[in-house]
Amino acid sequence: MKIWIEDPMHTPELVARLYKKMSLIRRFELRLADIYHTDAIKSPVHLSVGQESVAVGVCDPLEKTDIISNTYRCHATYLAKGGDLHAMMAELYGKQTGCAGGKAGSMHLVDIKNGVLGASAVVGTTIPIAAGYALAMQREAKITGYQRVVVSMFGDGGTEEGCFYETINFAALHKLPIIFVCENNRLAIHTPIEKRWATEKLCERIATYDMKTHKIDDGDVFKIRDTIVRVINHIRKEGGGPVFLECATYRALEHVGPRDDHGDSYRDQDDYQRWQEQDQIIRLGKMLDDSTRRMIDDEVTADIQAAEAFAANSPYPEEEELYTHVYASETTKK
Amino acid sequence: MYTQAKRQRNSIEPPAGVRLIRYVDALREAFEQEMERDSKVFLFGLDVDDHKGIQGSTVGLQEKFGKERVFCTPLSEDAMTGVAIGAAMAGYRPIHVHIRMDFMLLCMNQLVNMGAKSHYMYNGQVNVPMVIRAMIGRSWGQGGQHSQALHALFMHIPGLKVVAPSNANDAKGCMIAAIRDNNPVIFIEHRLLYAIDGYVPYQSYDVPLGKARVLQEGEDITIVAVSHMVMEALRARKHLETVGIQAEIIDPISLWPLDIHTISQSVQKTGRLLVVDNAWLTCGASSEIITQVYEQCSANYHTIPQMARLGFAFTTCPTTKPLENVFYPNSRTIAAKAYQMIKGQDHHWEAPMHAQTEIDAFKGPF
Repeated sequence: MKIWIEDPMHTPELVARLYKKMSLIRRFELRLADIYHTDAIKSPVHLSVGQESVAVGVCDPLEKTDIISNTYRCHATYLAKGGDLHAMMAELYGKQTGCAGGKAGSMHLVDIKNGVLGASAVVGTTIPIAAGYALAMQREAKITGYQRVVVSMFGDGGTEEGCFYETINFAALHKLPIIFVCENNRLAIHTPIEKRWATEKLCERIATYDMKTHKIDDGDVFKIRDTIVRVINHIRKEGGGPVFLECATYRALEHVGPRDDHGDSYRDQDDYQRWQEQDQIIRLGKMLDDSTRRMIDDEVTADIQAAEAFAANSPYPEEEELYTHVYASETTKK
Repeated sequence: MYTQAKRQRNSIEPPAGVRLIRYVDALREAFEQEMERDSKVFLFGLDVDDHKGIQGSTVGLQEKFGKERVFCTPLSEDAMTGVAIGAAMAGYRPIHVHIRMDFMLLCMNQLVNMGAKSHYMYNGQVNVPMVIRAMIGRSWGQGGQHSQALHALFMHIPGLKVVAPSNANDAKGCMIAAIRDNNPVIFIEHRLLYAIDGYVPYQSYDVPLGKARVLQEGEDITIVAVSHMVMEALRARKHLETVGIQAEIIDPISLWPLDIHTISQSVQKTGRLLVVDNAWLTCGASSEIITQVYEQCSANYHTIPQMARLGFAFTTCPTTKPLENVFYPNSRTIAAKAYQMIKGQDHHWEAPMHAQTEIDAFKGPF
């Protein structure tokens, strides 16, 4: 383990930062699971527990002006990209101060000012939208001279949708500044990948579009982050892109809801064991000295408590809000 | 806004600042003027940059504005709609082209789940200013999957706007308004309208979305006609004149938002409403228009007007001409229906066969 700290890329500051981001996501979500029975959260929640290292590894090297596009399992990426924690909790509570004023809930989190595009509940839907955003960023860079990068996150199930292949082809054709990241947790609701894929050669499939691919099979947050750093340089500085990443990961809880469903028949206990042993939060926690870790843990506790209080104390939207934003009112200047 | 279309049609000398051009050329002029005005506007879709340029509506635009602003796409209607939405969220104004409206059925997820909802669901954090051009085909064997008019599907969805202009002046002005609008606009073009001339101003102007146009005034019956059926309704009006009936012809232009006020005012005057949709009737634009007129009359304790509707036969559109002829309403069936509404159920009258029209003139294959 020490090797990472000795690596100049992996300073103690980096370890502490990644640990804090991953801890915040996990402990925030476990808190949601704890209070779910109270009905304070009036929204279906698709928790990312177990998948934090992908979100944090991918988002840590991104700038605020870079863009992330999400799936409905979007809590981790929203927080990892710098989405507002208070606004997120308020959104889950259905409050006016939520990131979408209570109109989006857990499955459609959005924070444009921090580069988080709105998520969709329909699998695969946001993949071409991310490509459209990347097309705009490619055009914009010709004027500004600075290339913003778009990351499109989706699951293994998302790659089964037609729009995924349509988008991969279009992005490769136009050399778009986009990173496609497949979080492969091998489950679509309860259906394992073996029942859905003819072969598991996903990266090989994508490589035939003449796209660079990388596969990271153990959830190692440093490997994911290092790969993304290299890919961002390739896109931002060398005009490269698009690039495809497949990150193996593990969904620790049920598809939707707060429950640990390892007692259900469809779960592979050996996989569970293996992923617990390589849990990145535990791993990075051990790389920190006790006082640093305790300090971070206390900060995370305070952040979550503050978000919960903010959400609880915020008002619900007024009834008139029902009809706001059905149509955008202003037209462009003539 | 420019003068009423009826005045253009009736005048012999064109008013200053306008000239006769085809519907399809009026569209092309709208793209050119808007792309010159706003560098964020781009146009894409299968074949937009080929030598035929979507019946001429996009010819020369790539040469003028470059390959980044006018470009063809793979046959990936679903993802390309998503690309348009993403670019629109990033501040661009895409125009996405379908050479037949039937292909829009491949885009429903993106249009309905994201295009229509994003502004609302993300609480105003994003706008989706985009135009979807969709062409309705007809005749010369277009058949079941090249002739559908699906505007009612889109009218049903909060967040979308739906327009179907029927003449060159409105085509240009409405396209300019659609491009400038901050919402997704489904812009419905009928293939048989493309070659029809109309007086169109040289300069840029907009025809506001949500405003109907009274094309011809009359006292006896209000005929609201959609898209290509406006042509048939105008011909029907001439038939009806021969038997002393004056029909008022209204083109809603914009199906959603719908200018029910203009329609209701006319129906108050005539006491009769015949809606002729260029589509099936069930759950359609005709259902919506008649219901809204009924609701307004009921709410205001007005006499309920006599109301009827015509549209496509409730079948898939057949290719063979004898069957296709009875699939669509035409000027004679419209005139006969109006006559019956005015004179009573037992009064049957048929206008003489009409002259050659754009329908007979159309020889395809596209």
